[in-house]
Amino acid sequence: MIIAERKDLARLIGMLEGRRSILVAGCRSCVAVCQAGGEREVAALAEALRLHAAAGGLERSIETVTVERQCEKEWTREVAPMVEGKDAILSLACGVGVQVMQETFPDVQALPGLNTSNMGAPVEQGVYEERCGGCGDCVLHLTGGICPVARCSKSLLNGPCGGSQGGRCEIDPETPCAWDMIYRSLLRLGHAELLEVNIPPKDWTPSGHGGPRRIVRKRAVLEDEET
Amino acid sequence: MTAHRSNLHRVLDSGRFAVTAEIGPPRSASGDAVRQRARLLKGSADAFNLTDNQTAIVRLSSVASAALCIQEGVEPVVQMTCRDRNRIALQSDLLGAAALGVRNVLCLSGDHPRFGNQREAKSVYDIDPVQELTVFRQMRDEGKVWGGDALDEAPNVYLGAVANPFADPFDLRVVRLAKKVAAGAEFVQTQAVFDLDRFERFMEHVQDKRLDERVHILAGVIPLRSAKAAIYMKNKVSGMSVPDEVVERMKNASEPKKEGVRICLETIEHLRTIKGVHGIHIMAIGWEDIVPEVVERAGLSPRP
Repeated sequence: MIIAERKDLARLIGMLEGRRSILVAGCRSCVAVCQAGGEREVAALAEALRLHAAAGGLERSIETVTVERQCEKEWTREVAPMVEGKDAILSLACGVGVQVMQETFPDVQALPGLNTSNMGAPVEQGVYEERCGGCGDCVLHLTGGICPVARCSKSLLNGPCGGSQGGRCEIDPETPCAWDMIYRSLLRLGHAELLEVNIPPKDWTPSGHGGPRRIVRKRAVLEDEET
Repeated sequence: MTAHRSNLHRVLDSGRFAVTAEIGPPRSASGDAVRQRARLLKGSADAFNLTDNQTAIVRLSSVASAALCIQEGVEPVVQMTCRDRNRIALQSDLLGAAALGVRNVLCLSGDHPRFGNQREAKSVYDIDPVQELTVFRQMRDEGKVWGGDALDEAPNVYLGAVANPFADPFDLRVVRLAKKVAAGAEFVQTQAVFDLDRFERFMEHVQDKRLDERVHILAGVIPLRSAKAAIYMKNKVSGMSVPDEVVERMKNASEPKKEGVRICLETIEHLRTIKGVHGIHIMAIGWEDIVPEVVERAGLSPRP
């Protein structure tokens, strides 16, 4: 899932300066699971913004809505009546959701309420960790199911640097060394031989360095007569 | 008979015990400091490493520093990290270095920007050091850039890599070294040795894989200046092993600098007895003027 966290209230207040009618829009998908932009967070933020407006004597209306998935127009279109008459949408979705809201409602500015961080997973209640770098050419079959692109601080593909100690990455004792984990996983899986394979320079074009990515699934594309 | 690419190559292939030493480029647009050090150290080692923005702190570039060394008649080893340059820039700088007369290049990942003075920098890591060796070897041996286009002239460089016997997982250290050798490393400089027991275990693994027959290993040494430096390396530098005994000796020394040199000399003496160690690499960080004394007293002077 996509992991995000809310921007500081002060930054959001600055972003909203001059806006009189705001729709705070949450998303029930990833950002609800990581407790950054679900219904509860939308309500809490709206309340904080109302208090701030009241304290400053601002004429400002703040309404809320939470969309099933802000990354799909099928869902964002449904909130059109709520968007009507607003001069800003403060989206508590990931960066994808903010953009789809903007595409759905091109005449009302969609503002980002969250900082989108990574593709990750909850590892314990309230703790989310990055897992995938979205490189477009998965190597997990070579690395014991642990991604060196996203989880090694240097994205090294051929083993640990000289800063791995006691299973920890040199950059921070809280960060596990991905290659230490890869090593243990491959031993456990009985594939230590993979540690000896030289992985050649990676093609980064599918990772976004070949320009913005677009995938066309032909069988899913509707023909003219079907639309 | 192999034509030697560099003096370091010649010394190592001759079977003589090699000496390299490090010169840290200054935080300056003036090359005077590099020139002064090169003059000071000339003749005390076979080649000198120019570090590449070590600890992710901006300094005079390693290639430019190497060119200054060449002007002073001193052979450089250019360190090229994967941290700041993608494959295009690394290949271009290799050509540039070779055009300036550089004949030794050391491939390494580089210290993470987290340790530097501009932590918000984006690190590159387009390729890793094993891949850097692969790319550079192709350029040299096949006269082609990684993409396949031919070079008018190939860079004639002696390729090196680093190894850290003191980092974890221990068993993976020799595996990684083997990958670097397979990718083209002809000489290897190690992290500084204080923990001789662990280093000897590492070298046993190296011999088990007969890597010592395929690559020249230069063991790193650091002459300690103070107990504080020893404690710092022991506790703060990931992937360093400094035994308590070394720290105690430095703490109890009435003249810590002299004790540091003594420890360094004892370490070198021991290293020379280990099969597969073909030289030493002296990293006298910020204390380069001690290098001639260390080399002299270790009985490694004059250099061939």
